[in-house]
Amino acid sequence: MPTFWRSFEELAGDPAFEERLVREFPRLASVWEQSPTDRRRFLQLMAASVALAGAQGCSKAPSEKIMPYVRQPERITPGLPNYFATAMPASDGALGLVATSNMGRPTKLEGNKLHSASLGATDAFAQASILTMYDPDRSQTVKHIGIIGTWSEFVDGVRGALPVGGDGAGLRILSPPVTSPTLARQREALLAALPQARWHQYEPVSRDNARQGALLAFGADLSPIYDFTNADVVVACDADFLSRGGASVRYSHDFMSRRGVESETAYPGIETNRLYAFESTYTPTGGAADHRLPLTPSQSEQFLRALARQLEVAGAPPADLPSGVDPKWLTAVADDLQSKRGRSLIVVGDHLPAPAHALAHAINAELGNVGPTVKFIEPIAAGAEDSAASIRELTDALNAGQVQLLVILEGNPVYDAPADLNFAQAIRKTKLAVHLSLYDDETSELCHWHIPAAHYLEAWSDVRGYDGTASIVQPLIAPLYAGRTAHEVISALVDPTIQTSYDIVRATWQAQLGGGFDRGWHQALADGVIADTAFAPQTPAIQADAVANLPEVAGAQGDLTFELVLLPDPTIGDGRYANNGWLQEAPKPLTKLTWDNAVLIGPADAKELALETGDVVTIKSGGQEVNGPICVLPGHAPGSITCHFGYGRQRAGNTGSKIGFNAYKFRTTHGGHVARDAKLEKTGQKMALARTQTHHDIDGRNIVHASTVAQFKADPKSILSDAVRGPFESLLPMWENYDEQAFAWGMAIDLNKCSGCNSCVMACQAENNVPIVGKEQVLNYREMAWIRIDTYYSGDPENPESIHQPMLCQHCEKAPCEVVCPVAATTHSDEGLNEMTYNRCVGTRYCSNNCPYKVRRFNFFQYQDTETPVLQLMRNPDVTVRNRGVMEKCTYCVQRINHARIDAKKDGVAGGVEPSIVDGTLQTACQQACPSEAIVFGNINDKESRVAKLKADARNYGALSELGVRPRTTYLVRLRNPNPALA
Amino acid sequence: MATVHSDQRSATAALAEAPVLAPGHSYGSITDKISSIVLTKGTSRGWLFGLAISFMLVQVFLVSVVYLIARGVGIWGINVPVGWGFAIVIFVWWVGIGHAGTLISAVLLLLNQSWRTSINRFAEAMTLFAVVCAGMYPLLHLGRIWLFYWLMPIPNTMGIWPQFRSPLLWDVFAVSTYMTVSFLFWYTGLIPDLATLRDRAQNRFGKVTYGILSFGWRGSARHWRRFDAAYLLLAGIATPLVVSVHTVVGFDFAMSIIPGWHNTLFPPYFVAGAIYSGFAMVLTLAIPLRAAYGLQDFITDRHLENMAKVMLATSLMVSYGYVMEVFFGFYSANTYEEYLTRNRMVGPYAPAFWSLILCNVLTPQLLWFRAIRLSPVLLWCIAIVANIGMWLERFVIVITSLHRDFLPSSWGMFYPTFWDWSTYIGTIGVFFFLLFLFIRFLPVISIFEMRELLHKSEEEHHHD
Repeated sequence: MPTFWRSFEELAGDPAFEERLVREFPRLASVWEQSPTDRRRFLQLMAASVALAGAQGCSKAPSEKIMPYVRQPERITPGLPNYFATAMPASDGALGLVATSNMGRPTKLEGNKLHSASLGATDAFAQASILTMYDPDRSQTVKHIGIIGTWSEFVDGVRGALPVGGDGAGLRILSPPVTSPTLARQREALLAALPQARWHQYEPVSRDNARQGALLAFGADLSPIYDFTNADVVVACDADFLSRGGASVRYSHDFMSRRGVESETAYPGIETNRLYAFESTYTPTGGAADHRLPLTPSQSEQFLRALARQLEVAGAPPADLPSGVDPKWLTAVADDLQSKRGRSLIVVGDHLPAPAHALAHAINAELGNVGPTVKFIEPIAAGAEDSAASIRELTDALNAGQVQLLVILEGNPVYDAPADLNFAQAIRKTKLAVHLSLYDDETSELCHWHIPAAHYLEAWSDVRGYDGTASIVQPLIAPLYAGRTAHEVISALVDPTIQTSYDIVRATWQAQLGGGFDRGWHQALADGVIADTAFAPQTPAIQADAVANLPEVAGAQGDLTFELVLLPDPTIGDGRYANNGWLQEAPKPLTKLTWDNAVLIGPADAKELALETGDVVTIKSGGQEVNGPICVLPGHAPGSITCHFGYGRQRAGNTGSKIGFNAYKFRTTHGGHVARDAKLEKTGQKMALARTQTHHDIDGRNIVHASTVAQFKADPKSILSDAVRGPFESLLPMWENYDEQAFAWGMAIDLNKCSGCNSCVMACQAENNVPIVGKEQVLNYREMAWIRIDTYYSGDPENPESIHQPMLCQHCEKAPCEVVCPVAATTHSDEGLNEMTYNRCVGTRYCSNNCPYKVRRFNFFQYQDTETPVLQLMRNPDVTVRNRGVMEKCTYCVQRINHARIDAKKDGVAGGVEPSIVDGTLQTACQQACPSEAIVFGNINDKESRVAKLKADARNYGALSELGVRPRTTYLVRLRNPNPALA
Repeated sequence: MATVHSDQRSATAALAEAPVLAPGHSYGSITDKISSIVLTKGTSRGWLFGLAISFMLVQVFLVSVVYLIARGVGIWGINVPVGWGFAIVIFVWWVGIGHAGTLISAVLLLLNQSWRTSINRFAEAMTLFAVVCAGMYPLLHLGRIWLFYWLMPIPNTMGIWPQFRSPLLWDVFAVSTYMTVSFLFWYTGLIPDLATLRDRAQNRFGKVTYGILSFGWRGSARHWRRFDAAYLLLAGIATPLVVSVHTVVGFDFAMSIIPGWHNTLFPPYFVAGAIYSGFAMVLTLAIPLRAAYGLQDFITDRHLENMAKVMLATSLMVSYGYVMEVFFGFYSANTYEEYLTRNRMVGPYAPAFWSLILCNVLTPQLLWFRAIRLSPVLLWCIAIVANIGMWLERFVIVITSLHRDFLPSSWGMFYPTFWDWSTYIGTIGVFFFLLFLFIRFLPVISIFEMRELLHKSEEEHHHD
């Protein structure tokens, strides 16, 4: 790891120096007040503080702006990025990343191919986390009761407050599940030194139910990890494994690797899997399913019981199917599972109650799936415990006045603790509360000390992935806002001299990597994973009576009473990303809602209650009431409604505060994530919901096509009509003979593999400096995303099929936008790119009008924030920042093409061969991020390239190709693999 | 000119059933009557009031434009998919209105329709002012208005020409040519009258100003000979422009691939619509004008009736266009065309579509009745309806075609904002402000041509 950027950090990290920096203004003020006549002294201080402010600037801004290097650091070539492996922590498993650093500024994150959770791809959260790092709303200073303080003041204060007696009684620490091996080591050391202290682990969206389910089934807390590559038949019970959880990227990859359909060109040797999804909310997983049945959580559980009985799971008592479910579903699913013993899989969503998990484990065991498709490992968190029980215990202790010092390491319990605990009241009863957090949030407000946390891209740490694989979290930049890590805070509590995170993390691995540490350490940093740290699979035995004596399934009681499903938001998660504008503006899968949460309800229930999208209702559950807007979601299970967490924040920052409603109010320690007594009352008010897509019916148009695997195998040509296949005549002239070019860039997108997870959307936003526009502008159809996920429904609105179609500039060979531009601002390259020359654009918007795909985006206002200095650091230096009045759109990542071209030329010259870009070495940002490899980009003139082969497949078609525009982006027909028994 | 006319004497006689000039006028009375508006009558209270109102609206326009340039075109309701909104709707509307003047002046001149004489001057002025209003919109609607000159083929250091395949570029040429020729035609026709005003002006300022503006016109036979030749030539040049401008404006839509725009019918249909709206606007202005200044002798019921007939004829052409659009929509068997046609009729903008049918197809049918054609009040009301109808037509073409095109995923809506309306009302203010100035300071009816008309009708009288 080069240390070029660390020199200033070390200077700036000197406590005395830092103290002077932070205190500059109060001290000036005091001098001014004490001796108003001492002008000379004041000016001296003024000059000093200005100089220091300059020095502080050095630690924030890239140092090349301030002064030339005295010694040129190694491996830095101005204009060329460097890449460093790191990992994004999450309590359900970290995602391994490779960060792009431009002159010391991280600008883009990619997946780490060597990391088991990533395999080179990322989710939307990882892509957007770069914005969180630069977020100017992040907390920038230590605060003591709302007043600016310093780190050393904090250290003195907290050490003074450590409970006397030395056994730690009265000390409580609250953290998310400890998935960092280093923090786990510190935890052990702390609890050893202070045996009466208590370390609570709390996660708002936890695996409590899964944990209890495993305890029921095995008598031990074990986590299932799945291998979808081996699963021919998958049953998902309210389990959105494709877009939720720490392994969703890996699971998407593995699951979608089986969604190709055997053909000579595209996917030789692939046997397509089959997915049954039973779910309440329509999720990306439900959209990918071959059979989807809308069931409320209690119905899902009931179905599992019936399935267990049908499959003759040992001890499974007789169970009825949920009312209204056709019995053929049960037999069809059971038969399909039976026929694929050892090659099937039952997955259960974390929000379903423990018995559902136990049933799934029992069924998987019965089918012989344990081993081939599901493995069990120890929980990745050290000292894993029940989140709800843990925070209840803490609250009780607080209320009993037993807590002298409460240290909250990240997390925001005042906002997201179970509503029945009233944590906000309880926390006031501690003598001293400390909160380490990225933002000065709801919890910080009620704590005595607030310490700004370092973002994971700013500080050393380590973390485990979903399978236990450990990675070093390697910082890319010195903390922008003087943030601290949990390691440092714990060190401040217990160590005589506070250690740096770097030393603490190294110490952890010093012990484990043993001899030859430096070599192993450097290897771990370079790879981004530490070899052989994945947890060994356990082989647990199902307890004899695991599923024999399950409690009754609890459903909603009473007329028009709903099961209220409480889930983390698909884009802003449990609320931690509330201030991330990219994620706020990312359309949530299926609802396409931005900047708000809503009450999701099925069309039949909505009709019965005379509700439509935008109606504000009062949700009543558990004695709590909240007003929120309705969003009618086709395919939402009747009898249930869904609300997402993460909204209704009070102190999220300028972006995320005071939007939406707080669904945490309905979440209790006893009810978990499904409340069974929700009622809706119409208020008569209306609210505008900013949705990026409001029409979902293709109405017979040549946009998306679906067929079945069986039909494709019987006659590949039959899945598309000639009217779609072409060839098409075109009135538009051909300007160039592209067949003669060395490169003809093109893209093929497999609709079978796209789950609509938004990774590509966020990757494009980060790569191409795409601005966000805010709710008002989205309401006026002015969102700027260069790639969007269009979702179309077909069939019964109560349970429609959905197809997601990533829509980006199609780079038409006969582009209709080009001929109408009066100033030649959009033109064609000889390699087939439809190029935008921003400087030339005068903004007539004629091109956008004439674009049949409406993928062009116009800067109606000055959307790009060019004023905030810290956001300037974030931008990709290879992509022009567009200003007001110009059109923009997808470029096929032309900057990456040019990088690849330059590299190929250099390599070619060096190797004495004809320069050529090898297929696969060049990826667009969307392609690189896509977990399921649905997007393939490359040179279509190279007949051996992956994209050329996909385009040669019988499934390949161009959307709207009958217009004669010859799109370079084509799609592969969605093929479902339905069970003939359910036809 | 006189020779040309004499060949057509019988036609003129046929038309002369109802007089185009009330009897009992002499050269002197014509000159007195028309020039008195400028020279002797003074400033009337009504004129001042009208000027003040329109001046206020000019300020609304200026505020709108300043805010537009400061903030960006986002202050309007446009978006993606509806990239063009009021700016283009109103641009086409004004250009359409700007058609009557040149048509009346040039085409009817060439066709020897002598009834045109009393209305051509202010029809031309109206054209000019309408084109001024229209011409501002293509500039204002640019995202980066300060770079508008990139649309013109000016040799430049960037070494790049405009993109000549774009209909927008043709628009630049068509509208600027039309504006130039319209101005020249109007001004050329004004020269003899400016000389008359110079000769009759009461004060030194008037004498000098009109003197400069009249380019030293002395009314010699040689002057008249050259004048006639130039005027006829300009009429010849202007005539194809009447067709070309709106044809090119029609190309803006027809050359695209958007359903509802991509339509070979558009050029002739646009021209017919333009004439329809142009005549409607002339009637809208002429009826109050002749009442206010007592010009019934010159703008007779005959004029009104003839214009009403032109309106009826062009309304039928436009109606044919509507019918064909709907027919092709279904006959094409093209999903997108079919949907567009249905969406216009029953979609969210259906009220606009049906109002347009009411305004442009049904209401003009009243003009079949002579009694209605001869009733200035009713005629004025119908003309106003026609103006609204043509505005709606452009709205329907621009907005309904864009808001739901090929991909349902990108369908949207267009809602005009305060600034859309203020800019529109502002340009109406600009139009009337210029018109009020024109009425006060220049002869609204061509004096020399009226004298000529008198001469001709007397000549015919002798022959009879």
